[in-house]
Amino acid sequence: MTAEPILRARGIVKTYGAVVALDGVDLDLNAGEILAVIGDNGAGKSTLIKCLTGAEIPDVGNLEVAGSEVHFRRPQDAHAAGIETVYQTLSLAPDLDIASNMFLGREIRRRGPLGGVLRMLDHKRMRQLAAENVSKLGIRTLQDITQVVETLSGGQRQAVAIARAVAFGSRIVVLDEPTAALGVRETAQVLDVVTGLREAGLGVILISHNMPNVFQVADRIHIQRLGRRIATISPESHTPAEAVAIMTGATSAPAHVGALSKEDRP
Amino acid sequence: MATTINTELSAAEAFKTRPLTPLQRVHRILHLHPEISPMIALVIAMLVFQLANERFLSPGNISLILQQVAVVGSLAVAQTLVILTGGIDLSVGALMILVSMVMGSLVGLTGLPGPIAFAIGILVGLLAGLLNGVLVSVLRLPPFITTLGTLSIFLALALLMSNGVAIQGEKLGGFLLWTAVAFSVGPFNFTVGVILMLLMYVGMGFVLHQTGWGRHVYAVGSDPLAARLSGINTRRVLMSVYAVAGVLVTLSAWILIGRNNAATTSAAVDVNLDSITAVVIGGTSLFGGRGALLGTFLGAITVAVFRNGLSLARVDVLYQTLAIGILILFAVALDQWIRRAGVKG
Ligand SMILES: Nc1ncnc2c1ncn2[C@@H]1O[C@H](COP(=O)(O)OP(=O)(O)OP(=O)(O)O)[C@@H](O)[C@H]1O
Ligand SMILES: [Mg+2]
Repeated sequence: MTAEPILRARGIVKTYGAVVALDGVDLDLNAGEILAVIGDNGAGKSTLIKCLTGAEIPDVGNLEVAGSEVHFRRPQDAHAAGIETVYQTLSLAPDLDIASNMFLGREIRRRGPLGGVLRMLDHKRMRQLAAENVSKLGIRTLQDITQVVETLSGGQRQAVAIARAVAFGSRIVVLDEPTAALGVRETAQVLDVVTGLREAGLGVILISHNMPNVFQVADRIHIQRLGRRIATISPESHTPAEAVAIMTGATSAPAHVGALSKEDRP
Repeated sequence: MATTINTELSAAEAFKTRPLTPLQRVHRILHLHPEISPMIALVIAMLVFQLANERFLSPGNISLILQQVAVVGSLAVAQTLVILTGGIDLSVGALMILVSMVMGSLVGLTGLPGPIAFAIGILVGLLAGLLNGVLVSVLRLPPFITTLGTLSIFLALALLMSNGVAIQGEKLGGFLLWTAVAFSVGPFNFTVGVILMLLMYVGMGFVLHQTGWGRHVYAVGSDPLAARLSGINTRRVLMSVYAVAGVLVTLSAWILIGRNNAATTSAAVDVNLDSITAVVIGGTSLFGGRGALLGTFLGAITVAVFRNGLSLARVDVLYQTLAIGILILFAVALDQWIRRAGVKG
């Protein structure tokens, strides 16, 4: 791969008072690749992707999207750069229905003066598009697009959040433990969708504690430990057991693999 | 056998699709349509009061109730907006008095034309709302304490301005008193103020349900963090809600002047609490994110109906207040019940 990484982070530091959540983390993501991020609870995985997607502003460090430096100050900035995220907390408004959540912050207005002058929303169109996006995920139990999110199960909520990210992500999709609440069948479907994003040339960051899933779909695996990236491995170079050993500090970390960028090469 | 048709349903799926108990059904309907509970309360109250006094549902008395509800009802529009964001506004009543004094003084004391005084009143309402908005959204002060503070400030300003002297109707000119102009539709008697209040409900109802801003108001009240992560500028939404509330309060002040035929600081001391009562009885959740203006309208009418009906039944004012207190507690308990226990199925 000679192209620039689609996302490149260098030296990301994030502290919360005395807590150091990220201690100088680097990350590279190529277009058309799935990068898994694994690590123990509290290793800084969620904080890392928040810093990459505008949800948190890193204390130090820089970020490049497709070769140009960016400074995301809020999630909208990342959205504008084509980056969509399923946060671990899902970020859905419980009192709004599925369709409203799907288009929250980027509602579609009616055409003509009703939309232009009166700023009226096109509820019908948003519902229709939301239904299409949800059905693409193949979650059978999600049928009524006007159902209030509060009344959905954890897995159904996750499906809505994933459908939203997939619908709007044009460059990068970031998923923080997207399948944690999903059944076996639904998980397989989401992994299908994720590999579909890779085929479409998007970059995908997937955080998961599920090693079989990670080894099934990931091209490379970023291992996060105590706020640092201690290794980047690939499913070919290591076994799941070795990955867990590195993650927990039982074995020492190998060098980073993957043709990331020129200066990382030997 | 007929029962074997459903063999493809697993035991769990069969359990999930079990028929709802009647209570669950009620729970679910109330959850989906928050305006149903105030509607039922209102209908029952009207029937009871009609039985107590057959004059209650006469066109004359209904017209009177609408005129009595205009001030609180209009104030409750602003209050609903704020409560939908999960906040509360203790200052709308004081702001209304301040703005009515500003407009009244400009016309009555300096002789400014009514429309110009009204425009200045809008500006004052907007600035006062922005003050609340900045304190709540930028400095992140709790809305309760913030508006408790601005309540005192607005009231003190109104008192300082007026020196305790009311400006009587004959000095206020036609424009400011226009809200008092009455007209009949059949046997009913309306004032411009009542129509203005109704227009406020229709207008803001449209904005809340048909525009993106309205969706954002609900989202911010429902879960501010989720709203932010979804790409909503929550700070700007909060700020704009308080600013819009300030402008709406100016319209309430206009209605107040017409209703009192004067600009006075002694008017309407407990309207602020009444506006909160209307919102709560109307089924809007004090936790934000759930509710609608239709409910608030019914809530405001319900309070007015209680006061009016109890006085027609010659019940002492103290008992009226007692009854409304019980009504509030009932409404809040109902809200908790509806909100708890996710509606499954
Ligand atoms: N808002 C916050 N305030 C204070 N500390 C925080 C905050 N967010 C994260 N932290 C701390 O930063 C560290 C990393 O947390 P993070 O959520 O990134 O972990 P994680 O790897 O995603 O864990 P998990 O697998 O449990 O999701 C933890 O020690 C956590 O306590
Ligand atoms: Mg996490």
